[in-house]
Amino acid sequence: MSVLEVRDLVVEYSTVYGVLRAINHLSFEVGEAESVGVVGESGSGKSTLGLSVVRLLPPNARYAGGSIILDGQEVTRMSNSEARRIRGTTAFMIFQDPLNSLNPVKKVSTQLLEAVEMRCKKLGETYDVEKATREVVEKIRDVRIPDPELIMERYPHQLSGGQIQRVIIAMALLMRPKLLIADEPTSALDVTIQAQVLKLMNDLKKEYGMSIMLITHDISVAYNISDRIMVMYAGELVELGSADGVIRSPMHPYAKALIASIPRGVMRDAPLEPIRGSPPNMIHPPSGCRFHPRCPFVMDVCRREEPREVHQDGRVVRCYLYG
Amino acid sequence: MDEPIVRAVKLRKYFLATKHGILETLFRRKPLYVHAVDDVDLEIRRGEILALVGESGSGKTTIGRILATLEKPTGGELYFEGERVTPSNVKQVRKRIQMVFQNPMESLDPRMSVRQVVEEPLRALGLSGDERRRRVEDALTAVGLEPSIFNYRRPRDLSGGQRQRVAVARAIVSNPKFIVLDEPTSALDASVQAQVLNLLVELHRAYGFTYLFITHNISVARYIADRVAVMYAGKIVESGDVRSVMSEPRHPYSQALLKSVPTVERRGLEPPTGEVPSLIAPPSGCRFHPRCPYVMDVCRREEPALLGADGVSVACWLYGAKRVESDA
Repeated sequence: MSVLEVRDLVVEYSTVYGVLRAINHLSFEVGEAESVGVVGESGSGKSTLGLSVVRLLPPNARYAGGSIILDGQEVTRMSNSEARRIRGTTAFMIFQDPLNSLNPVKKVSTQLLEAVEMRCKKLGETYDVEKATREVVEKIRDVRIPDPELIMERYPHQLSGGQIQRVIIAMALLMRPKLLIADEPTSALDVTIQAQVLKLMNDLKKEYGMSIMLITHDISVAYNISDRIMVMYAGELVELGSADGVIRSPMHPYAKALIASIPRGVMRDAPLEPIRGSPPNMIHPPSGCRFHPRCPFVMDVCRREEPREVHQDGRVVRCYLYG
Repeated sequence: MDEPIVRAVKLRKYFLATKHGILETLFRRKPLYVHAVDDVDLEIRRGEILALVGESGSGKTTIGRILATLEKPTGGELYFEGERVTPSNVKQVRKRIQMVFQNPMESLDPRMSVRQVVEEPLRALGLSGDERRRRVEDALTAVGLEPSIFNYRRPRDLSGGQRQRVAVARAIVSNPKFIVLDEPTSALDASVQAQVLNLLVELHRAYGFTYLFITHNISVARYIADRVAVMYAGKIVESGDVRSVMSEPRHPYSQALLKSVPTVERRGLEPPTGEVPSLIAPPSGCRFHPRCPYVMDVCRREEPALLGADGVSVACWLYGAKRVESDA
């Protein structure tokens, strides 16, 4: 059974320039204990996707179609109080900026104990402070922070970015969510600290069997942590498949171009292959396939009609070159 | 051998860590300093691309700003084209140096048109209006922006990649000898980053500029540089030919850094333990010793010097010790 099932999702923002469709008929699933990397450039709709799953869309956004089934519950038609109940305990979201994610005037211990209390409330367990404290210490150790007692007495400003991101992961572990959504969790961190946090997420996925949806602009980060990768362009799925499959043999021209544009090896004499053109205007997106103005393989049909999903050996690709 | 275009000797930059007010003076508290750059020796050869890599807080941007003469070092000497940079000649030296900053949203004046932005460095050179106009158009053409279209646009009308092209045009318009590029592609999407990197390589080839390319992105450094210098906590720990440093890093920190970079070539990351040390009270001896898997007694006590062999220099006792053995 899948933890998250997104079917034909459409999300729109109303802006002063008109309606912006950030997600256009998107369908995918995240299975139990599976990690899916959502990769796209800025404006591809990947962050909107994360926010729509936990019902944290800004006020000018609306669900304009489709459904999101999270652990058997329909998210798009939930009341606000129902949404509050699933947030954290069913789907936990980690944001990019670690400094803004914790309450600055509360100690780490207070915030982590609150997380335990919330979980107890949801599951109908009795909340016992001593038991909860023991659990908090254990989880802080699980996220590889030495001296948990020391960290618990600190305020967020006394922690480094890497430590905060670990404390937030500890909070996620305490709430035992079915799905962990991480939106660029390591982009604000240094390379060595990023590697530590990614490794931690990988270990914890194995230990706890948690499903992960990792949203990132960096396809190398996605490759290192995901079982499957979904590539988004202009609010649409262009390719979805096993991480190795997508990286080693991408099918969609955009996925191919994205992977080809990564600098690899010492090869200044061979120019990089950037994607020509610029990202589309999302208020007036191109007709047909949204990638067609930048696609080297463009055909007549690409300009006229939107491509359908082609399913092939567990791979999904939306392109007229296939099927 | 040719005189290097830029040579820094025992360069040092300390920033005051806290405000030093009247109370601190009255109580004779010692001011605390951040040791951002500590005794760094660095040479950049004419016409080469040197990449300076390191994590945030390692001092790479500070070095870039000092070499661009935007920041005065606390100690040490800086030579540009063989000439010692002093307060009296810094303005003359500065005309031959340009800098491109990381964030093109903030580094361009929003009220200026593209033409005015690019023209700015020419004002100090005392050229005629016609000459200035011609050079602005040449620079814009060189970075792939058609002057007739872009001359009168403002930064807000441009995409991130176009803005960074404008910043590059401004850097090359005065025909400088040396350009400091501080994370020029970090704010850009992958596909746009590739365009800007290609452009920088083309310009380097066409005009023979010398670049100091500051980046935290190892893959970008490997792609663009001839030589690379790795910084950690205000020190250069390893420097040398990009191929040998990247394929066979010698310093334990360089090794750890390379194993921390996610790539699409292999899975599995092996980051070092621990975190970057405080630069107010840096660790004794080698600054990497608290995180180093090969730490020895001497590492805690004494600071290793940056010693070179076969075009690669490394500051580590593992190699220093070996050298002593072979000498004996």
